[in-house]
Amino acid sequence: MEKVNVSAFLRKYTMIIALVLVVLFFSITTEGKILFPQNINNLISQNAYVFVLATGMLLCILTGGNIDLSVGSVVCFTGAVGAMIMDKNVNVLAAILAMLIIGILIGMWQGFWIAYVKVPPFIATLAGMYAFRGLSNVVLQGLTVSIKSETFIKVFGGGADCYVPDLFGGEGFNMTCMLAGCIAVVILIAMQLKSRINNKSKGYETAPLGSTVAKIVIISAVILWISYKLASHKGIPTALIWILLVLLIYGYLTTKTRIGRYLYAVGGNEKATRLSGINTKKVYFIAYVNMGFLAALAGILTIARLTSAQPTYGQGYEMDAIGACFIGGASAYGGIGTVPGVVIGATLMGVINQGMSIMGMDVNYQKVVKGLVLLAAVAFDVLSKREKK
Amino acid sequence: MKPAGRISRLPILKEVEKWVDYKKLCWEEYTLAKVLLEMKNITKTFPGVKALDNVNLKVEEGEIHALVGENGAGKSTLMNVLSGIYPYGTYEGDIVYNGEVCKFGKIKDSEEKGIVIIHQELALIPYMTIGENMFLGNERGKSAAIDWNETYGEADKYLKMVGLSESSRVLVKDIGTGKQQLVEIAKALAKHAKLLILDEPTSSLNEKDSQALLDLMLKFKKEGMTSIIISHKLNEVAYVADKITVIRDGSTIETMDKHTTEISEDRIIQGMVGRELTDRFPKRHGVKIGDINMEVKNWTVHHPLYPERKVCDNVSIKVRKGEVVGISGLMGAGRTELAMSIFGQSYGTNISGQLYLNGKEVQLKTVKQAIKNKLAYVTEDRKGNGLVLTNPIKINTTLANLDSISPHKIIDKDKEYQVAEEYRGKLKTKCPTVEQNVGNLSGGNQQKVLLAKWMFADPDVLILDEPTRGIDVGAKYEIYCIINDLVAAGKSVVMISSELPEVLGMSDRIYIMNEGRIAGELSAEEASQEKIMSIIVNSGKGA
Repeated sequence: MEKVNVSAFLRKYTMIIALVLVVLFFSITTEGKILFPQNINNLISQNAYVFVLATGMLLCILTGGNIDLSVGSVVCFTGAVGAMIMDKNVNVLAAILAMLIIGILIGMWQGFWIAYVKVPPFIATLAGMYAFRGLSNVVLQGLTVSIKSETFIKVFGGGADCYVPDLFGGEGFNMTCMLAGCIAVVILIAMQLKSRINNKSKGYETAPLGSTVAKIVIISAVILWISYKLASHKGIPTALIWILLVLLIYGYLTTKTRIGRYLYAVGGNEKATRLSGINTKKVYFIAYVNMGFLAALAGILTIARLTSAQPTYGQGYEMDAIGACFIGGASAYGGIGTVPGVVIGATLMGVINQGMSIMGMDVNYQKVVKGLVLLAAVAFDVLSKREKK
Repeated sequence: MKPAGRISRLPILKEVEKWVDYKKLCWEEYTLAKVLLEMKNITKTFPGVKALDNVNLKVEEGEIHALVGENGAGKSTLMNVLSGIYPYGTYEGDIVYNGEVCKFGKIKDSEEKGIVIIHQELALIPYMTIGENMFLGNERGKSAAIDWNETYGEADKYLKMVGLSESSRVLVKDIGTGKQQLVEIAKALAKHAKLLILDEPTSSLNEKDSQALLDLMLKFKKEGMTSIIISHKLNEVAYVADKITVIRDGSTIETMDKHTTEISEDRIIQGMVGRELTDRFPKRHGVKIGDINMEVKNWTVHHPLYPERKVCDNVSIKVRKGEVVGISGLMGAGRTELAMSIFGQSYGTNISGQLYLNGKEVQLKTVKQAIKNKLAYVTEDRKGNGLVLTNPIKINTTLANLDSISPHKIIDKDKEYQVAEEYRGKLKTKCPTVEQNVGNLSGGNQQKVLLAKWMFADPDVLILDEPTRGIDVGAKYEIYCIINDLVAAGKSVVMISSELPEVLGMSDRIYIMNEGRIAGELSAEEASQEKIMSIIVNSGKGA
């Protein structure tokens, strides 16, 4: 009996355990450098686009393992348009709005072909991948356009001090950051308690107290530890705010709303979903419109981080996003996958990237390792499912 | 409060109360006979085909109304018209429900009125919980904030109503098909169904689960629910239905009322096929039963994932030339597993025992070896394991014996066509050409293509697993004839079937399997439904 529990536990938390092991591995091989506050800061800022894109990609993958290959090009294209607008000294807010709207329009374009004309997503987005890469070049005329707006760069996490300013103005240790971490923990505990009390009073099933407490303790510890590390450097990177915003909104969307439910349902059994009176075409459409929107947001973060737009930006971003989803436990057949899983997957990829960079590993071998990690993660998914049958 | 109590004790008021009660009773009687649904002159045309031609159906409140007819007669089409899958405007005629003409544009419209259809293929999502499935498209709470606690709380309530003790938080993939069917019904109840339509609800259930389902329908009837059931299983229809409407070739033929006329299975069949089937099972004449063709001794098979579990336990059977041997048993008795493990070890691990074909012991480790040794297994799951649905008939027919039409590894297309044509003629497969995709054929014709595939492989022993599942009476008869032709040609047929009448009607000898073991063996003369069931029940007790 105990044996079964252990294997079930391992299966459920494999990726978390893998993440912990990978972090331990790199902290030994880099002599602890990977855990330096500065590096943790970098990890977040550098991978902001992965978190954002992977969240959007998750929704597409949920609908049946459908991926969007065009996101890298769309990131580049929206970034290019935004940079050009800002270069003309137009209001920054207008530029941001324009980028997001373009993202949504691109999503609608691709969503239309996929959902209503039934072009396989792989093909439709492959077409987009070519087209928007080309268009980026056209818009930028093959040049690099730098971004001059300091506000834009700071707000979206680029440049030298893209950090939330310390309200207490203390030197060295950033109190605002630590405080934010503490508040997050308090909110977490309060919410868990509230739902528990609520469930108990209405007589619904509740998870065993022990496991709930353990979960709260572990999550709180992680939040506090990261806050402490960040506070020891320069505080909260602004990119983190955007990541958190996206993750929280989409975490809620996928678990608590109807549209979230429908995404899972379509991926699980499209016919059953249609026979439950749900407009499945609209579900596909929404998934891709949303992908376009998030690609635009990633575009904003990318040009802010690199303080410019170039026709080559965003190459391979689609693969990072897809990889993060699958490593995070999304099923290649759809219907399975969670936002927290994506967080784990994206973090794991980021840690591996950074660890290898700090070790000074050849970039080409880094790619080999990344490929193998992805293969292992999906193979594990397939095997563990076979076992359950 | 007090005055009311005093007044109610006045004798005159008691009289009034009595009168009111009496009127209530009259009203109930009146409503009982009320027509809940009337479909008038429904005509539905698909490009080139008139699927429904002036169909009329009248369903009274509180009754169980059965729709029977051969495959492709138009039963499911009619129900799809009713539930709004084919929206208003795509058909002619009127749907009158609860006294008003309804124009359903989509499924949601009909569900709002309380018409809920449960489709033949279960429409559940395996990796979602029971609760999530039940409220799919009908979520509790706001659209931007699903209330999961309410969802699961209510789901549990409805599960209790259908007699399921599972928690609604269990994943659908972790419960059996019988229970999944009950979840479907609970899902319908959660939509406040007033008219429940069940399309072949028992087609994937074993006898016990089927019985439980039918009894549940009767229970709901007592509570005032109206149901329409579509079924091929006439014994079930006769058991559960108040009225039976027969549909043939897109038109209503007749409606029989159980309370006014005597309904027998033969009577229903007569309506369905338009003629009297004098015998549901064709007789075999003068087929000589010869030597032992296949013998299995002490066959033990372990579960591929739980190797400690024995799926087949020390099974010994033998089959003679020219003999039809039936294998009967409940679902999960290990019949399919036995067949597949014999057929080139395509199922199970740690297989032990001896297999003799034509007197010689053979070791069949792969399906290829099995086919070479003239063994064939015709699967129960023709769509999943048997046929390549997106390929034409000719490609399916030759798939298991491609060598014989491809000298030097290159396929002789002419020969392929000829072979397919030959079997189409032999088995009377109804199709425009053999270039037709198998996916477009009806179940009965698909089954014939599947049989053709394995007959072309030229086996000596054919194991047929549920050869008539989900096909109509006419096609069944034709399949039986094919079986008779096979044994007349000196082949051996092992027929695995869950339908007892079929096993009894077709077999020369019957093995009864239960829990992986052979629980008994009966000759055709001594076998009866009661005997088979009692063997199963008694062997269960012994274990």
